[in-house]
Amino acid sequence: MIDLLSYAAFFLTMALTYAVICLGLNLQWGQTGLFNVGVAGFVAVGAYVSAILTTPPIEGRLGGFELPMIFGWLGGGLAAGLLCLAIGALTLRLRSDYLAIATFGAAVVIQLALLNLEGLTGGPFGVGFIPRPFGALQGDADLFALSNLSVMIVTVLICYLALEHLVRSPWGRVLRALREDETAARALGKNPVTYRLQAFAIGGFVMGIGGAAQGHFIGFIAPDNYLPILTFQVWTMLIVGGSGNMRGAILGAVLVWAIWAVSGSAVSALFPTEQQARAASLQIVMIGVALCAVLLLRPRGLLGEAGTLRRAKTRTAPKISEGTETNA
Amino acid sequence: MTLQPIMDGLVNGAIIGLGAIGVTLTYAILRFANFAHGELLSWGAYLALTLSGALGALLPGLGTSLGPFSFGWSVPIAMVGSILLTAALTLAVDWLLFGRLRRSGAVTIILVMASFGAALALRNLLEFAYTSSPKYFSNALQISREILPGLRATPDQLLVVALGVVLVVLVHLLLTRTAAGRSMRAVSEDPQLSALVGIDTRAVIRMVWVLGAALAAVAGIMSGVVVQIRPTMGHDLLLPLFAAAILGGIGSVPGAMLAGLIVGLAEALTVQVIGAEWRAAVSFVILVAVLLLRPQGIFGKVSA
Repeated sequence: MIDLLSYAAFFLTMALTYAVICLGLNLQWGQTGLFNVGVAGFVAVGAYVSAILTTPPIEGRLGGFELPMIFGWLGGGLAAGLLCLAIGALTLRLRSDYLAIATFGAAVVIQLALLNLEGLTGGPFGVGFIPRPFGALQGDADLFALSNLSVMIVTVLICYLALEHLVRSPWGRVLRALREDETAARALGKNPVTYRLQAFAIGGFVMGIGGAAQGHFIGFIAPDNYLPILTFQVWTMLIVGGSGNMRGAILGAVLVWAIWAVSGSAVSALFPTEQQARAASLQIVMIGVALCAVLLLRPRGLLGEAGTLRRAKTRTAPKISEGTETNA
Repeated sequence: MTLQPIMDGLVNGAIIGLGAIGVTLTYAILRFANFAHGELLSWGAYLALTLSGALGALLPGLGTSLGPFSFGWSVPIAMVGSILLTAALTLAVDWLLFGRLRRSGAVTIILVMASFGAALALRNLLEFAYTSSPKYFSNALQISREILPGLRATPDQLLVVALGVVLVVLVHLLLTRTAAGRSMRAVSEDPQLSALVGIDTRAVIRMVWVLGAALAAVAGIMSGVVVQIRPTMGHDLLLPLFAAAILGGIGSVPGAMLAGLIVGLAEALTVQVIGAEWRAAVSFVILVAVLLLRPQGIFGKVSA
């Protein structure tokens, strides 16, 4: 039973780090309609910057500033936010899917940088000895797990309340107005690029914090943790939970992480070792199909967006698409 | 500094260019960035591999090498089959997914997201079926010959470049000189207006998918012949494909091929000068440069 308690606490802690990432994505996509395909890259930036700021120095690698953890988390968030700002500034004036392509490319380059900039990131071996919250309590497994969990619950609460406050503020109303009817919002004098850029950068900041937190709970990060599959998991969490709804983002993160963990251990329990890689790829196929199915059948997710009347989706004449859909 | 990177760049560039034509046509006519396009290259290669393996087992004579090339008749025959099957695959995906989303009036970005999900499913389906270990069309080794001082190429590589150029000319003629091409360009200009003058937009959509899939299958097979076949080959080419499509100007077929060659050459030069580990970053640098300096691309029109 004792093992079960600390395992449950650790599981929930990990799920809540995803919830923070998911909250950041929700501001970008759910509230603003910006499609970020590079989530893994921004999460990685948050995790690595925080690790470099807080770890003890190591021969041959930059960093080792041994700063308190809070500076690491904020620094990680800030770095990811600034990166989002740069990519947003590059693409948000152009067609809406250029942002998707650019974030995809950014994630590819960040992955390359993690692997090749060994003096900064430790290369393929990653960064170890990342201080863990309440490291002094490590002797008592339960107390350690529960205190970690409480740190994460507080973090999620802060992010949730701050974002909820933001989206209910006049600023958040402008974001939704831009998403729903850009022409009308422009007619009221709101500059779409500025608002979208702000939302994209703040979302990136939150994502970076989620990444930093994750690194500190695992204690070790490597480039393999930040493959495109991570982007996909976070997206599935948001879509399943219901984009546009902050509570949905948290619920989706816990739910999808649970499904992922259970199906992952089912794969390792049911299949012989040599077949496990194949079974794992089938696991990803199913998630891909599930994402498409949710988009087709239940586009609002489990919880959907609260408090807004979205435009009716019915159209009489079949159209090829939205036509001249742009961001500008 | 030798001329060798130029040959490597042209070979890869031809493959990127053929894939980018599909991306640029989907983008111009169906109006969304298709993240699943890379997977069509992988599927084309694996389908051809399976077909040529089956042909070689049934009729061993087809497996013997064809002239100076590393493969026998089984590969060109399998290529035809693979083109048809890859085209059928895209039509099936369109029927299942994209067509339904279009009819429900989904905004562009939902289609992009659906293509992202489809890409993941398609890629991992290949990994499930064929495992992640690399495969080859033939085990024959090819000796590269010197065609210019300091420039060596295998017959396979020369064939890839030649086939790429021929296909671009054919697609360009198809788009500019035939009725089908005219209706495709019309839908790309204005879908509502072209439907009004009696163009069957659904037939045009099918043509776009078939054309894009056929070129993707050829590009995938070419990549399989000169490099190797892996489930992630299409995913690794996706960023170069997007970079080439945007650099060439969305909707421009010659632009896509020219930009593909530019991306290929830039990658080869980077490998030579900086190192192979940074190769994948080249496309991103090109993409950022285009978006900063000339977002409409080389041959693109300035859109509103």
